Amino acid sequence: MSDDGKRRLPVIGDEPQTGRRTFMNAFATAAGAVAAGVATAGCDTPEIADLFRQHYRRLTDEDKRELIARLEALSLQEHGVRAHISDPPPVPGVEFAYALDLSTCTGCRQCEYACAAENNTPRDPEMHYIRVLELERGSFDLEEAEHDYEGTVPREGKMYMPVSCMQCADPPCVSACPVDATWQEADGIVVIDYDWCIGCRYCQAACPYQARHFNFSEPNLRPSDINPDQGLLSNRVRPRGVMEKCHFCLHRTRRGLLPACQEACPVGARKFGNLNDPTSEVRFILETQQVYVLKEELGTLPRFFYYFG
Amino acid sequence: MRPARFVFSCAREVLRGGRLYWSWMGALGLVILWGGLAYVDQLGTGLERTGMSDQVPWGVYIANFGFLDGIAASAALLMIAAYVFGRQYARKVAMLGSGIAVAASVACGLFVFVDLGRPERAWHLVPMLGSLNWPVSMLAWDVLALNGYLVVHLTISIYVIYTLWRGKRPSSRVFYPGIFVAIFWAIAIQCIIAFLFSANVGRGYWHTALLGPRFLAASFAAGSALMILAFRWIDRLTSFEVDPQLIRYLGLITAVTMQINLFLLGNELFVSFYHPTSHSAAMHYLFLGHEGLHGLVPWIYTSLALQAASCVILMIHPLRSSIGFLTVACVMAVVGIWIDKGMGLITPGFVPTPLGEYLEYTPTWTEVRVSLAVWAAGLLVFTILAKASIPIESGKLRDPGAPAPEPEASAPTVTA
Repeated sequence: MSDDGKRRLPVIGDEPQTGRRTFMNAFATAAGAVAAGVATAGCDTPEIADLFRQHYRRLTDEDKRELIARLEALSLQEHGVRAHISDPPPVPGVEFAYALDLSTCTGCRQCEYACAAENNTPRDPEMHYIRVLELERGSFDLEEAEHDYEGTVPREGKMYMPVSCMQCADPPCVSACPVDATWQEADGIVVIDYDWCIGCRYCQAACPYQARHFNFSEPNLRPSDINPDQGLLSNRVRPRGVMEKCHFCLHRTRRGLLPACQEACPVGARKFGNLNDPTSEVRFILETQQVYVLKEELGTLPRFFYYFG
Repeated sequence: MRPARFVFSCAREVLRGGRLYWSWMGALGLVILWGGLAYVDQLGTGLERTGMSDQVPWGVYIANFGFLDGIAASAALLMIAAYVFGRQYARKVAMLGSGIAVAASVACGLFVFVDLGRPERAWHLVPMLGSLNWPVSMLAWDVLALNGYLVVHLTISIYVIYTLWRGKRPSSRVFYPGIFVAIFWAIAIQCIIAFLFSANVGRGYWHTALLGPRFLAASFAAGSALMILAFRWIDRLTSFEVDPQLIRYLGLITAVTMQINLFLLGNELFVSFYHPTSHSAAMHYLFLGHEGLHGLVPWIYTSLALQAASCVILMIHPLRSSIGFLTVACVMAVVGIWIDKGMGLITPGFVPTPLGEYLEYTPTWTEVRVSLAVWAAGLLVFTILAKASIPIESGKLRDPGAPAPEPEASAPTVTA
């Protein structure tokens, strides 16, 4: 499956131009021209252009630049926020993984809040990529997990397990998608093309970790909530009616920064890094600790590891 | 221009009718309008208008889709009786069966469409133009299977009706292959929709090999029961006469499939409750509730009671032969299985969530209205098809230039 993911690596610009693609490009150009014509008449250009937008992996560099310019203009127009949208490709040779020390996690949910702030997740109703579960010490029965615990943490006799997207090496959500709107990148991150997703929510039914989230309504973000540092496949403000999920903060991590959740963790329970780098912390943990993955029996091959350090 | 004349004469037939016909069409139109307005509202506001959530992302739309998929497949029961076993009484209604298949497939497609968060992007599902993820995604399979089924039935019925209208006999060499494709395709759409659910490893409630057989048994029971009701209605309200043998045959099918259906359910119950594990949590919630959450419990017992009572009536020969009891049993079977497919199959797949969270689902008025509108659209399609084809099949409507119909036993339909 990871081979498959590599084969499908979206290397920009080197896809062969088949007749259909050329036709579709011509189609999109024509649509763009029509849209531009309509724009002078005062209509909402981005929406019309988006109707005919092609799949992310069929976009040329030029298409992407235009799309990003359009999205940045839309951000300014709708939210008054001057967003900077980047589209960093996967770094060759890098495969990301996460390790989380359950013996130090205190259940404070700082990761969850930092994630929301970084990733422009909807606020009304609130959506969170990270769900922290409160478990009885000595039990991993998720049916007994407490999702809505309150008060001072950690509580006596409890342990805490943050759960988010596992970035599976064999992701059921990717197989489920009927239109290929979600796929695994070469660095292992499962991403979503927000402009291609049709909103059928079959991936949500397929995910065994409850990691995918649907925009039932508009994101309802205040301008002050919006993080202007955005990625095309990650934290840009999502439209209504599409799926979204954790993307390992790819707009940060592909530039060498840490994901927001690790930066926020006050007890150092979270370790993120490159699996292929023998000197990385995450590699050290995998080699020296007894790690485990959630629902191993389902064969999804998560890249998110838990351990008791 | 003969094809144009054919369309014109069918259209004239559809536009001609008594007060009862127009009241029926008017009522359907009103329901479509009423529900259509709810859909427009949903389109403008988003799926937040529904009762669905991240925890329970599919609701009555997908439930109805699953139910109607089974109704569409049931047309195969008539095809098998008519063309595999050569029963004349079934041949006479085979084209009406195709009408049911077409109408149910259209309604299925609509139910998926109204469930989409981004309906304007539905073209992404079109092979070549979009990027249909076939053969990996089971939903991609389902899109192809349903649309293919629709095309197969449309082709067969248009060919047969058109040929009859021209006063000729449909050539068996042309339509027999179509019939057999349609029969196997009916089984396929049932398997594919069952696999669509059972493919989800994270959903213990669906991840069972029994799902496919349960889908088939329940659908054939509900489908044949619904056909009994529909044919009895057509027999009473139109000049079209339905052979009592057909009703007996369908009654027997309902009786047998209903027993298989309940037997399979019993198997599921045993495995779930003899030694409950986390895989039986959904079954436990469905039948017994969970810590004060009992939303589905009354539904599932209502469904079970209806199905069991229907099964008992159908199993006792004198009762099944009585038209009154048979009608009651059919209504109970259809309602019972509809509840079982919806509240009993879809929702518990999501409760509890894979992370053990319990959140109940209740459909909103928007969902109820939109669902009724889609049902009405399906009935409208069937009414139009039946209205045009019945006079042609019974020999009353012919191309003015057609030769006189020849009575022939091997014809696909027999004029009454």
